[in-house]
Amino acid sequence: MVTAIKERTTVEVTVQSKSEFQPENILTVNNLEVFYGEKRAVNGISMIVEKNAVTALIGPSGCGKSTFLRSINRMNDLIPGASAKGEIVYEGLNILSDDINVVALRKEIGMVFQKPNPFPKSIYENITHALKFAGIKKKSLLDEIVEESLKKAALWDEVKDRLDKSAYSLSGGQQQRLCIARTIAMKPTVILLDEPSSALDPISNAKIEDLIVKLKKDYSIMIVTHNMQQASRVSDKTAFFLSGDLIEYDHTEKIFTNPSVKKTEEYISGRFG
Amino acid sequence: MKSKTADRIATAVFVVIAIMITAILAGLFFYIFIKGFKYISFDFLTSPSSNVRAGGGIRDQLFNSFYVLFITMLITVPIGAGGGIYMAEYAKPGKVTDFIRTCIEVLSSLPSIVIGMFGLLVFVNTTGWGYTILGGALALTVFNLPTMVRTTEDALRAVPRDLKEASLALGVTHWHTIKTVMLPAAFPSILTGAILAAGRVFGEAAALLFTAGLSTPRLDYSNWNPFSEQSPLNIFRPAETLAVHIWSVNTQGLIPDVEAVSSGSAAVLVISILIFNLAARLLGSFIHKRVTATK
Amino acid sequence: MMEKLLLPAKDRLLKSKSSRLDGEFRGKLIVLLCAAIMISATIAITIFLGTKGLQSFTKNGISFIEFLTSTKWNPTDKANPAYGVLPFIFGSFAVTFLSALIAAPLGIGGAIFMTEIAPSWGRKILQPVVELLVGIPSVVYGFIGLTVLVPFIREHAGGLGFSLLSGTIVLAIMILPTITTIATDAMSSLPNHLREGSYALGATRWQTIRKVLVPAALPSLLTAIILGMARAFGEALAVQMVIGNVRDMPSSILDASATLTTIITLNMGHTTYGSVENNTLWSMGLILLIMSFAFILLIRYLSSRRKLR
Repeated sequence: MVTAIKERTTVEVTVQSKSEFQPENILTVNNLEVFYGEKRAVNGISMIVEKNAVTALIGPSGCGKSTFLRSINRMNDLIPGASAKGEIVYEGLNILSDDINVVALRKEIGMVFQKPNPFPKSIYENITHALKFAGIKKKSLLDEIVEESLKKAALWDEVKDRLDKSAYSLSGGQQQRLCIARTIAMKPTVILLDEPSSALDPISNAKIEDLIVKLKKDYSIMIVTHNMQQASRVSDKTAFFLSGDLIEYDHTEKIFTNPSVKKTEEYISGRFG
Repeated sequence: MKSKTADRIATAVFVVIAIMITAILAGLFFYIFIKGFKYISFDFLTSPSSNVRAGGGIRDQLFNSFYVLFITMLITVPIGAGGGIYMAEYAKPGKVTDFIRTCIEVLSSLPSIVIGMFGLLVFVNTTGWGYTILGGALALTVFNLPTMVRTTEDALRAVPRDLKEASLALGVTHWHTIKTVMLPAAFPSILTGAILAAGRVFGEAAALLFTAGLSTPRLDYSNWNPFSEQSPLNIFRPAETLAVHIWSVNTQGLIPDVEAVSSGSAAVLVISILIFNLAARLLGSFIHKRVTATK
Repeated sequence: MMEKLLLPAKDRLLKSKSSRLDGEFRGKLIVLLCAAIMISATIAITIFLGTKGLQSFTKNGISFIEFLTSTKWNPTDKANPAYGVLPFIFGSFAVTFLSALIAAPLGIGGAIFMTEIAPSWGRKILQPVVELLVGIPSVVYGFIGLTVLVPFIREHAGGLGFSLLSGTIVLAIMILPTITTIATDAMSSLPNHLREGSYALGATRWQTIRKVLVPAALPSLLTAIILGMARAFGEALAVQMVIGNVRDMPSSILDASATLTTIITLNMGHTTYGSVENNTLWSMGLILLIMSFAFILLIRYLSSRRKLR
């Protein structure tokens, strides 16, 4: 893991980005390449991610969109042999650099996964797990944050009477909202969602979508999805990936009504993927 | 037709083998319990053993067995768990990891008599302690450590990757994730493995012959000062365990009731190990249910 | 968190000395040390037993060749001591091979019973049986061997009862669960299409087992036997209690005999530490250590062959 990072940083990456810092953009991706061993999964993509907007990443399975998403909070570090080149600029810093404190980075760029993955602990402890590690020990403050995050995740009313119950007693949709709540509790700036509702029923799905739209007021959101309708409903901008390339990136409305690349149109109209 | 007959004969042979294996176990258990039970009495369990006269008990040996086991687990569990965490979570593929794996393999396949000799050389002679409980426990640690490392490593690897990623994605360090998420999730399997290992340690004798010794000083069970010579808790005293006792009365004992003492001891030993195995299973599944239960 | 908006990105996100102190480094160091204990224990055992085991040759001047090839063992003879351990080496190998000869067919047969003949109920019965057999301590095996097997052989086969045969039988029962467990894993990890393919060709179950399954699992089955043999070679107390422990080469399976482990067990306590006789015991221990390495190498060789397939 560490050796992989070293290789890429010493040669390719410096932590201070040369590109100009623009406050309305939260992330700037410059020529990002991601490798799993010898295999290249993302082929030098560049894009700018807007602040307080929902950016959807679409494309067929294996197109590199999840890999891309996982690079943004360095979750790919966990995969043996994975490495990345290029830049992902966040607040003027290239977060791919070896000098980045990954633990601090992940507090600001949170992630919610495809399958709801609550800890086998109580609902309350699911939210306080990371807060306590971050040094918040005061019970009153913890209580406050738990309530606030559960409210933001539209889960408070359903669980407020049973915060000490196991998170496994919740339904799948509730579990996923709990996972969103515990991410919110860390007060991140960016939330990455990796197909957050693909494992859920339609009603839970609708709740999650509502939630995403509400959350963009406070956070910048990137969502990987297989569901075209979901992308068109929740996102402001959409990026279409194919075989590790970024084919088209534009306003969602434009992508879904009048895409400029033929491949995009074919994918959206369901001709492949 | 011929191949059909051959098939039937072969099937019969395999069934006979299975019956034989089962019969061996049944025979052994039958013998141990039938012969041993009649010698087990309160008196047998609570009176000290005798070197020359008949009618000795196994009080000290029984205590020593549990005490040596306790000290061994006290040393083995933290080190073994630490080694297991390293192997499961931090070890990178490469020469060092391969070498550690080779070492674990070597340690786990060493004959226990060889480990006993190593213990004699290092923990008895080099340190100048003589035969001690601590020396015995350290020898048993060498013997037990590979099992503990493997148990922990397997248990951690079986924890769903989701849970680990969930914690890391929240900006929690790897180490804190291991401590607060992965170890609790792996705990039932580690506990089961540890108790099973304890059963193995409990019955071990060869590694203890030359390390904890073949004798026990006169013990005063009301003396709880671990530094006192007569205290049962003193870890720098020699201690003959139950398994060693069975061996020593049979090979060098002078007591006339060898068979009674060893039958009784063997039954106690096997029953204890059965309890360990049963406890491991029950406790493991009980905790597993509690951890994953929908309360 | 709260303060993050006040701090510039550099101070929040770059590695600093304080971020190294967040417990990660310390935790990793602790578990690394635990893993390092394994290395140091292995190296310490090799070095300590290696140097000590060589002392009888380096310090006491015993001929290495004579030690390994002479059948005369008489270390207590003041005038003309003899230090030939061949009878014990022979005894060790004899009980190891003979017990494997008994346990291998039974163990592999039991494995085939569990995986091929009665995979559902047979396994449910035999698996716990095997696990319970593992749990019985070796001194208990030795004790039962001493009180049941030795008299039985004395009455029905002749001789003293304390014999190579007694040692062999006790060891065979002791290594049976080892062989059975590993052989069962090997058989049950065979892909199902092997069975289906063979049955589809009209082969009977026995033909499938003999011509398809056993050859396919052969390296793993051999590993099972080798592991059993390694256990038999190193077992001390159970054998010591039934084999008779005489210093002469056995001429028949009913003769009393001795192995490296039994001589060590018996004499380590009786001899003075540092004496020549005591040192030869350490040399025998070194042989055990080297054999244990040899068994590992053999198993590695087999598993590399398994991967090639």
